[in-house]
Amino acid sequence: MAKVHVTTTINGEPAEFLCEPDKSMLDVLRNTLGLTGTKEGCGTGDCGACSITVDGRLVCACLMLAAEAEGHEIGTIEGMARGEALHPLQQKFLEMAALQCGICTPGVLIAAKSLLEKNPDPTETEVRFGLAGNLCRCTGYDKIVRAVLETAAEMRETAQ
Amino acid sequence: MTDIRYLAPRSLEEAVSAFAAAQGAARILAGGTDLLVQMRNGVVKPGLIVDIKKIAEMTEIAETPEGGFRIGAAISGATLAEHPRFGKAWPGVLEAINLIGSKQVQGRASPGGNLCNGSPAGDSVPAMIAAGAVVTVQGPNGRRQMPVEAVPAGPGRTHLAPGEIVVSFTLPPRPAGSGDAYLRMIPRTEMDIAVVGCGVSLTLQGGTVTAARVGLGAVAPTVLLVEDAARALIGSRLEEEALEAAAAACRAACRPINDKRGTIAYRIKVAGVLLKRTAAIAAQRAGGN
Repeated sequence: MAKVHVTTTINGEPAEFLCEPDKSMLDVLRNTLGLTGTKEGCGTGDCGACSITVDGRLVCACLMLAAEAEGHEIGTIEGMARGEALHPLQQKFLEMAALQCGICTPGVLIAAKSLLEKNPDPTETEVRFGLAGNLCRCTGYDKIVRAVLETAAEMRETAQ
Repeated sequence: MTDIRYLAPRSLEEAVSAFAAAQGAARILAGGTDLLVQMRNGVVKPGLIVDIKKIAEMTEIAETPEGGFRIGAAISGATLAEHPRFGKAWPGVLEAINLIGSKQVQGRASPGGNLCNGSPAGDSVPAMIAAGAVVTVQGPNGRRQMPVEAVPAGPGRTHLAPGEIVVSFTLPPRPAGSGDAYLRMIPRTEMDIAVVGCGVSLTLQGGTVTAARVGLGAVAPTVLLVEDAARALIGSRLEEEALEAAAAACRAACRPINDKRGTIAYRIKVAGVLLKRTAAIAAQRAGGN
């Protein structure tokens, strides 16, 4: 099978890879590029564990072909912290124990960051709808929603 | 392993010629939210994937000289939601498109894909039918236009000819006093497939309905244009009798299946209820315009 050569940007860094035409972005991130922070849950776009951003837009990596990354900017969980400095959402998730097993957490964090970029002051309902595409079997969602609301409040204060 | 190729042409002519040349072995990739799942399940094994998102006409939103909109078939719901004027002119069409899947799915899923996937429960389709949207289709024999309701042929099937691609949706100009709405019945609050979906578009003058269109989803093998329901509304002031007549027309149009999401009797009843609720929202919006 003829492989596709893809030139893209991942977490702000130029990246190149070869992939089979039918491989998903998720597959290439995890198995070709070793970026295993993006998780595979359902593989059918229902669970959100593979959430990434493409040109700043939230998508499921399992529903995108790797070949489509050509010329676009991909953002993954590996790009969320600045070195050792956690993103405020990551820090708050730790402080408020907004995770248990952790498999959904990278996807939840990427989705929550995307939500707060568009809406820095969401209501609880907006957070719940905004994260409806991220399934979590452990927390019952409440701690996640509270952590996102708390982070939003802190980020608004910091921004002032 | 069969050979598979990926092509992302920049022109529609190139896309159509590659798609047609593959003689049914090719699949069009817009948002991929159906195609990638079908490929993963092994339901579809394309020899060629034609990614149409690099074709400008298929991803742009244009306002027509007549005052309508032409939206590229491959545009994502999230992109459409960010347009400053589209959602004001067609709030029902936008809310229908934005009901498809999660925020993640919204980043990719397109109205063209929703239509061509051929699901009787596709959320954008009843709203597009109610809006009177017309699709522009390009194939090996050139361009043609089809009303949206003429595209679906049955679950998973369309009336597109071999090699044809849906390029764009054209929505007509909006007269003053117009409004549209889309409601679907699902047992959850989010992220589900319609048990019944209803799109209504109305134009009112001095409280009297002068134009109406009704689209009904998930109650027949294809999404339906319910002309009898529209006739019951036109000329009325949306009195209870007119609404009940339109609801009855919706119920009469239903040819639903029994499945895990709803029984035949339930779907028929809900079709009438949704017509009334959707018409009320469309009328309220029409009053604001």
